[in-house]
Amino acid sequence: MTRTMWDSSVGKKTVMAASGLIMLGYLVVHMLGNLKIFFGSDEFNHYAHWLRTIGEPFLHYEWALWIIRVVLVAAVVAHAVSAYQLSRRDIRARPTKYVHKKPRASYATRTMRWGGIILGLFIVWHILDLTTGTVHPGGFQHGHPYQNVIDTFSTWYGNVIYIVAMLALGLHVRHGFWSAAQTLGVGSRTRDRAFKTIANVLALVLTAGFIAVPVGVMTGVVS
Amino acid sequence: MKLTLRVWRQRNADADGAMSTYEVDDISADMSFLEMLDTLNEELILKGEDPVAFDHDCREGICGACSLVINGDAHGPERTTSCQLHMRSFEDGDTIDIEPWRASAFPVVKDLVVDRSAFDRIIQAGGYVTAPTGAAPEAHATPVPKPDADFAFEHAECIGCGACVAACPNGAAMLFTSAKINHLNVLPQGAPERETRVLDMVAQMDEEGFGGCTLAGECATACPKGIPLVSITGMNKEWLRATRKAGKR
Ligand code: HEM
Ligand code: SF4
Ligand code: FES
Repeated sequence: MTRTMWDSSVGKKTVMAASGLIMLGYLVVHMLGNLKIFFGSDEFNHYAHWLRTIGEPFLHYEWALWIIRVVLVAAVVAHAVSAYQLSRRDIRARPTKYVHKKPRASYATRTMRWGGIILGLFIVWHILDLTTGTVHPGGFQHGHPYQNVIDTFSTWYGNVIYIVAMLALGLHVRHGFWSAAQTLGVGSRTRDRAFKTIANVLALVLTAGFIAVPVGVMTGVVS
Repeated sequence: MKLTLRVWRQRNADADGAMSTYEVDDISADMSFLEMLDTLNEELILKGEDPVAFDHDCREGICGACSLVINGDAHGPERTTSCQLHMRSFEDGDTIDIEPWRASAFPVVKDLVVDRSAFDRIIQAGGYVTAPTGAAPEAHATPVPKPDADFAFEHAECIGCGACVAACPNGAAMLFTSAKINHLNVLPQGAPERETRVLDMVAQMDEEGFGGCTLAGECATACPKGIPLVSITGMNKEWLRATRKAGKR
């Protein structure tokens, strides 16, 4: 069954939809967690510490976090590989363009591909910035995410990268969530409007929620 | 009307092609698009030139043979087949671009004619019922609920023209394949091959080198028979169901 899935264009698209939904679920929780920054450094840092103690005493310190990380990395890899392979197939299937060009064709598809690449690069930068601290501006302090976040959003490029990526995320989720409903066969004529609405709301709430943090730092609400 | 036509000319499958420009005059608004091309071809033949090759058969919108991309739209600006498109959809003095279906699974044979036998092979992979049916059976022998009959009929309208592939930015044959699968899978007559049909037809579709669906929706906009985009959702659902069942066996 695994083989049938991965060897079929429809199956591979299912992998893309499922991994996308896993990431989407994570991002909703992540966004809500980020908003705790508006309640001050103690609460935010305490929340970050709590993330490492989930499941104790059954799980060891940081195990739950590592399980989440492994699942997310698997989802990102599965999503990116299936997106790449399916996109290659699509491009090969239509090698000759029409002489008479029309602007509207493939708008959504192009946004998804470019948006996906932006998101992929963003994920790498984001981890190097706020998880490992490798490219962090200023002294990165483990266990003090509040200060780290403020440092990042005190640079112009930190704000630009982050906000551009979150706008790309909104566009990606807007087409992606509705697409996933079609890929997984749960969309229908009667439910179409509902899925489109949920997709728009999710996209808007995620983008606005994530962008609230750099805006908060820029305006001095968070300092 | 007087029109300027820019037509894709390609001597054979291996030759390079290019757009050639022609002028046609005295075109009546009541002519069909294909009659307008007939007019051009008559002139070309009188001049001793090679007429433009294009596919056509019924000329009444039911066979699916005609296949022209007109000004970038599969079957042109109206939601109908190229043969049922009339010149009243154009203005005097217009320049019209005419190109063949473009997809690697539909190679150009000559000028505007492409080889669509990939569709035949998708049908051969499962687009039929194996029950021997003989002559038309008594209509009430196999009861079919009205909504299912309507659903099957809606999908049975697909004429296999390939406009969906031509319009798709990925050269995907998902709308065509889904129409055939949904048509048969909902009916009791199609039930015995319900799983193998969808698995085999989708596998053949991939094998032929068609692209995949990115839900751009261009296919459903181009389809002269109004096969809806959600038909693809239905095929995905059938495919996932069949894959789950096959995994259990
Ligand atoms: C590694 C970075 C990413 C890349 C390269 C990428 C690329 C893509 C591409 C090319 C598609 C297909 C678009 C289409 O069918 O038109 C897609 C779909 C999707 N993406 Fe992403 N994406 C990435 C990150 C994400 C993230 C972070 C999320 C979480 C919100 C996500 C959620 C989705 C969903 C739900 C779909 C719909 C799947 C479907 O069409 O059935 N993607 N992605
Ligand atoms: S689905 Fe529509 S466009 Fe595609 S082959 Fe059938 S009739 Fe033609
Ligand atoms: S020639 Fe038969 S559908 Fe156009």
